[in-house]
Parts: sequence; C-alpha cells; structure tokens
Amino acid sequence: MTRLSLNGIEVDLEEGTTLLEAAQHLGIEIPTLCFHQGLSAYGACRLCVVELGDGRLVSACTYPVQEGLRVRTHSPRVLRARRMLIELLLSICPSSKRIQDLAAAHQVERVRFSVRDERCILCGLCVRMCAEQMMAHAIGFVNRGYRRRITTPFDLPSDVCRRCGGCLYICPVCELRCQGPEATSIVCGACVTPAPTCPPVYGDLACYMGAAGECGTCVREPRTPDPHSSDLRGRRESL
Amino acid sequence: MKIRTLEQLRALAEELRAARDHRPCVRVCGGTGCRARGSEEVLARFKTLLQEMGLTEAVDVKFTGCHGLCERGPLVSLAPQEVFYQGVEADDVRAIVTETLARGTVIDRLLAQDPRTGKRARREQEIPFYQRQHRLVLRFNGLLDPTDIRDYIALGGYQALGTALTRLTPEAVIELIERSGLRGRGGAGFPTGKKWRMARAAPGSRKYVICNGDEGDPGAFMDRSVLEGNPHSVIEGMIIGAYAVGATQGIIYVREEYPLAVQTLEIALAQARDSGFLGKEIFDSPFSFDIEIVRGAGAFVAGEETALIAAVEGRVSEPRQRPPYPVQRGVWGYPTVINNVETWANVPIILERGPEWFASLGTATSKGTKIFSLVGKVTNTGLVEIPMGMTLRELIEEIGGGAPPPRAIKAVQIGGPSGGCLPKTLFDLPIDYESLTEAGAMMGSGGLIVMDDRTCMVDVARYFMDFLRDESCGKCLPCREGTNRMYELLTAICEGRATELDLELLEELAQVVKQTSLCGLGQTAPNPVLTTLRYFRPEYEAHIRERRCPAGVCKALIRYVINAERCTGCLACLQPCPQQAIRGQLKQPHVIDQERCIKCGICHEVCQFGAVEIV
Ligand SMILES: Cc1cc2nc3c(=O)[nH]c(=O)nc-3n(C[C@H](O)[C@H](O)[C@H](O)COP(=O)(O)O)c2cc1C
Ligand code: SF4
Ligand code: FES
Repeated sequence: MTRLSLNGIEVDLEEGTTLLEAAQHLGIEIPTLCFHQGLSAYGACRLCVVELGDGRLVSACTYPVQEGLRVRTHSPRVLRARRMLIELLLSICPSSKRIQDLAAAHQVERVRFSVRDERCILCGLCVRMCAEQMMAHAIGFVNRGYRRRITTPFDLPSDVCRRCGGCLYICPVCELRCQGPEATSIVCGACVTPAPTCPPVYGDLACYMGAAGECGTCVREPRTPDPHSSDLRGRRESL
Repeated sequence: MKIRTLEQLRALAEELRAARDHRPCVRVCGGTGCRARGSEEVLARFKTLLQEMGLTEAVDVKFTGCHGLCERGPLVSLAPQEVFYQGVEADDVRAIVTETLARGTVIDRLLAQDPRTGKRARREQEIPFYQRQHRLVLRFNGLLDPTDIRDYIALGGYQALGTALTRLTPEAVIELIERSGLRGRGGAGFPTGKKWRMARAAPGSRKYVICNGDEGDPGAFMDRSVLEGNPHSVIEGMIIGAYAVGATQGIIYVREEYPLAVQTLEIALAQARDSGFLGKEIFDSPFSFDIEIVRGAGAFVAGEETALIAAVEGRVSEPRQRPPYPVQRGVWGYPTVINNVETWANVPIILERGPEWFASLGTATSKGTKIFSLVGKVTNTGLVEIPMGMTLRELIEEIGGGAPPPRAIKAVQIGGPSGGCLPKTLFDLPIDYESLTEAGAMMGSGGLIVMDDRTCMVDVARYFMDFLRDESCGKCLPCREGTNRMYELLTAICEGRATELDLELLEELAQVVKQTSLCGLGQTAPNPVLTTLRYFRPEYEAHIRERRCPAGVCKALIRYVINAERCTGCLACLQPCPQQAIRGQLKQPHVIDQERCIKCGICHEVCQFGAVEIV
C-alpha cells in the first residue's frame, strides 16, 4: 500500500495505481482527452496534469502513485496550464464538441492563435484502439514535430483494416460541435452541456430540442468584442 | 593475447613504452574535421615518403583522434621535437620530414599564429587556445592511435579496470564515484554515483549499462571526438560501471551520422575482447560482460533516455513517462544505467587518480572538467575542455580569443538548442550546473555558440524554435503545438506584425510548455524564448513598438540604402546584386531600387567603403 495526499485527503492505494485512478477513486474529476480505460495510458494531451508537492506538473493518467506524494488536482497553476492547453486545442480543432465543451467548462473564451481546423488532436486513441483492441495495427503516426499525423502505412488503403470503425468510435474530437447560432465562431462556449438541457444525443439538426438553438440554452447575450479574440482577426472563414 | 592479471597488464604497458620511446613519432590528426581537410592524404604522403627513404621502421606514424583545433587542420605533431604544425598539406610533408624530422629545424609558416599578437607558437601548450584548458577526458586525444589498443595500454589504460575487478568490491567502486562528485555530462547533471547505486539496488535478473552517444545538438561534437579519439576510455568506463551495478550487457548507442565513430568503436571492441577485457571472467574474476553497438538514425529526441530505450528495443524513439526511471525499468524492462559518453570516459580517470583529486577540480557542486564545442563568432573555434567553474569570460575571451575585430560579442547561447542565451553582462558567471540553470540556461551536453553584435536575439529565438518544432517528437500537445505556436509568434514579431498582446501570449505559452511537457525536450524548449525575453526584452519591444530590428537582421524591418557621401561609385555592387536592383554610373553615387531589393545583403558585404547601410 502506498500512502499519499490528494487535495489534502490522505489515501492508501495499491502500488501501480495511477494518480488519475486515485482521483477517480475519490470522486475528483480530472479532465482527460487521450486516456481511455480500455487502452494503455499514453500521456500525450497533458490535460490531466496535476501539481506535485515540488511544484512540478505531471500527467495523472501515467504517473504512478508514490509514497508520501502530495498532489493537487485543481491548483491555480494546474488550471492556468489546462486553460492554455485548451486554447491550443481550440486553435487546431474548433469544430469539435468535446473541445468546445472543455473550453466552456474552463472558461476559455478566446483563442489568441491563428486557427487552422485540423480536426485531429493527435491523441493517438485511434492508433491504440486499432492496435490494442482490434489487433489490426492498421494506422500509426508518421513524421514528428509539427508535421506529425496519423495515417496508414505509405498512405495506401490498408490491407489489414477491417473497417470496424473502432477508430471513429474512440475519437474524442470527431463529434461535431453544436451547429447553433454561433457555429462559425472560434469559441462557442454557450453550451456547457449540462444534462439534461443539451445531452449529447442529437437529432438530424444536431440539437435534440428541435431546430438548432431553439431551446435557447446556447443563445447568450451578444459578447462584448474582445480586441484580441480571433473573431476580430477575420478568421471566421477558416471554420 | 588475453590479459588475466593486473601485473601482466602493467608489465605489458612497460614493455610497450620501452619499445616505442626512442623512436620519433609523427601524429597526424584523424578526427572528422581534419579528415575533411585532407589529413588522410597527408598521412598517406608521410607513409610513402618514409617508405621511399627506408625509414618505415625508424619513425612511428600515427593517425590520432581530434585535437580540438579543427578549423586549423590538418594538424600534425612531432615527437620528440615537440612541434605542432597546423594547416598541413600533402605537399608540406617532404619539408617536414627533411627539415623538422631529420634536422630539427622548425618550419615557421606551419606554426600556429596568435592573430592578436602575431606570435607563433611552436608547441601545442604555447597556443593560447590550449593554455587555459584542462585536458582530462581529452588528454590522450591526439596522442594515441584509437585503432590500436596497445597505445591505450602503453599509457596505463585498463589498469583502473584491473584494479576495480581485482581489488575493489562493486560497492567500493560506487562509493569512489560518489565521493568524486561526478555528475552526468549529458544534460541534467544527475550524480552518477547515485544513479549507479539505485541501479545496483533495483531488483532485476539482468541489468544493462548504456552509453548515450546520440549527440543530437546541432554543431556539437564533443562525444564524437571522444568516441573517435579515445574509444577505450569509454569502454573501460562502461566495464567498470557494469561491474559496479552488476550489469552483464552493455550497449553503445551511436548515431548513424557518425560512421567513423562506429568503425573505430567496432575495432576497439574487438581488440578489447581479444585482450580479455570483454567477455567471460574478465581479469580472472567471476565478472563477465560484453558490449554491442546500436546505431540510431539520429533524431535529437532519441538522446532522451526513455526515447533511447525505445530505439534500442526497435520502436520509434518517443519518450515515455518517468517514473519508472531507467534504473528501475530500462531496456526490456530491466534496470538500466544510461550515461553520456563523457561521463563514462571520466570513470577510469577517477579510479586512477582518486576521487579526492577529481573533486579538487571544479566548484563545490560541479566537479571535474567539461568539454564544450565552442563555435560562432569567436576567433578560435573548436573543442575545448575546461575545469568547471571557469567563467564564461575566460572561456570566450581567453580560449576563444574574443570576436574577430571589429565586431564585439553580445551574447552566448549555452546548452544546445534548448539552452539559454546569456548576455555579455553575465560573462562573469562560473560555468557550473547550478549557476547556468539559475541564469535560465543549462549545461546541456556542451554546445556553446558565441554571438556578436550583428545578431538579432528575436531571430535567434526563432531559429531555435524552428529547430525544436521540427525535432519535437510530436507526441504531446504542449511541445508539438506549443513550439509551433511560439515559432509563429516569433515570426510575427520578426516580420513586424505582432502586438504587445502577442508578446504577453508568447510568455504565457512558454511557461505552460515548460511546465506541462512530457519530456526534457519540451520542458526546456521555451528556454531560448524565456532567456531572450529576460535579457533582451528591449529588442523584442523595438520590433513590436517601433517596427525596428536593432541588429539589422530581420528582413521585413530593414532596408539597404547607399550613403551617397561614402559611395565612391566603384560599380562593385552592381553586378553581384541578384535582382539588378542597384543603378549607378562610374564615380557617381549608386542607388538601390527598394522595389526590387530582396534584402539579401550581398551589396552590404561587397562594399569596400561601408557605403551600404542598413536602416
Ligand atoms: C531532448 C533530449 C535530448 C538529449 N540528448 C542527449 C544526447 O544527445 N546525449 C546524451 O548523453 N544525453 C542526452 N540527453 C540526456 C539523457 O536523457 C540522459 O539524461 C543522459 O544520457 C544521462 O546521462 P548522464 O547522467 O551521464 O548525463 C537528452 C535529453 C533530452 C531531454
Ligand atoms: S515533450 Fe516534445 S519531445 Fe518530449 S514527448 Fe512531448 S512532444 Fe515528444
Ligand atoms: S489524459 Fe493524461 S495526458 Fe491525456
């Protein structure tokens, strides 16, 4: 048994448990993107960072519990870092519901980077799904750094892919955001998706209440123009 | 011949020394730098000439490792005359043999000349570049033939290993290394003895030791020179380390771009095996150990230890979470000690001279020496080894010889691509792990780039960020996207498109990338940005507020104009201009057509009268 303190709560946990599991055990919610219970932990999106006693930020999904560790899951440092990470995610994937929801939940209201909609955050869930659960190894990463992407070997149609759709199922960002009144803004932020007002079950119009925006949850007061927001930089068209 | 006892080894060393000492010796530098300048041809010429003269037996000709002063190569030194020649060409060989070797006459024009005093130095130690150095790890580079183990043995090689295996317990070896205060030379400066102790204590049916020879820092060649110049010192260090931690298998990870190092190592390993230093029951002790070479297709990130382990196992070199640290779970899950080339090469020295002697070099927390590759805008570039604690000023001004006039030094970039830029005002900083880290830079593996007053610090940060966004493995978001975004913001600043808010954003982003990245690459990648912001903020502000590049580097913010008063109308700049943007007649001031000018700066360089100005 390993004893550590999580947000001030002393807990005894089995060796090999991760900090994320420890937090879940205590009902503390840590946002994750590249983590899935059925797959190996990867530690790539860094959204699950937590602060250790020495001030270091580490990814909860991969960090093993250690004797005497002091962990804070929502310290100001952690929240500041998560917000910046979400801003980065928004700047490459503004069309995703999951990312928009994360932004709303963390009060990320602007994107100060130029936006390019990549529709992929390279979390690698699909790669792991394909390899670890479907045993197909049909897709993988190519290149490194900012040129990195996910594809089949040599970009050719794969012989081993069985069209199982596991990759689609697991993808955290390919579910499109609400197509409501602000569908073209970089930051939607209106739908925090608190159940039951706007559950993630849509009709054809991507909004289960009927015509998009009808229920009004996602319609807000006009925002005061932010001189630094991406909107004003004329980057709407990129969506 | 297999060597079984320490006594046998010592006797062999004696014998080898006695057999050689009376012969004159010609040492031609065979480092990569000198080879590129034609030292192989020089060597061949020596050999054929001596053969023609029937002196093959009388003169010992050696092809040695790198001397460090690569830019003056090919280098040739002669013993016992103690003459050090530089810039030797094949056609100089006859003169060297007939004059210096035969008659002891020194050929003046081949001696190194101090550009400041004009004085010529006859011996290596008289050259200012070498005077302030303390060559410890590099002490045999340039003396021995790396492809001949007998040279290393003659100089006392493998005696430290013999002593360790026959007289010391593994614990005692670890204790010696701990007492010496040796810290890793590959970057982070982790105490080597402590690392070994952890590996020894870690449970595992098998253990590995690895030599990290990835050396991915652009422009750095410390490790290459050690591997090429004195491979046995690294091998001996690894065997001692393996004995100390209880490892049975060693791996030398060398980047594929170092073919000469790989070749030299292969020869050295074979010779060490033949001599019984590798293999079963070394020095008749129960300890058995062997080393293999793994070649890595060099990526900068592959030098990170967990990425290196992945590469050794045949996977893509991407870092993973630590803990577990390699000393707990390394190659194939077994406890593994990874040390840098230079770290390993220090081990036999510590055993030979004692930990107290070693600890007497350097500062309170940084012991021994460190090799740097000194490059950039200094007079003497090359490989230098200095005692820890020397100030940056001594290193740059005295060993490096300062900037070639009329330029002045502005800053130094230390610690590789993700190191930091330190300004001239900090040049009295001692070179040790803590001081550098505190200043925002790091020891890194020893890259040192000197920059003069014509360097734009924003442009420098942008340059390194371009390197890093490419070299990031791309696994984690803050490093992959963060370096890319920092590059974008820096580009916007360099092009005069940025606002104060962008500067704020850059700083904020840099902090988050540093804090949240998975591995050392991402955690240090913002250093070039953070240090230039810390020490050269006015330069950033000039780019943003005044749309001006104070150093005159950023193309979007400068114009080349001809000062009509200085222009003599010589026409010299007209033809080289690739855009035909300059118009003018003989003896009339010329004019640059700004519409056509692409700001390549060629006219600025060709003008003899300083008439082309950057505004
Ligand atoms: C991005 C990155 C690149 C690295 N490259 C090297 C390298 O080329 N050579 C090296 O010895 N260590 C390199 N390191 C450090 C290694 O991870 C490791 O700390 C080192 O090899 C340990 O040896 P030492 O304790 O002897 O320094 C690198 C680290 C990072 C984060
Ligand atoms: S910090 Fe950079 S290099 Fe390291 S794992 Fe993350 S993406 Fe790869
Ligand atoms: S969920 Fe932990 S890093 Fe992505």
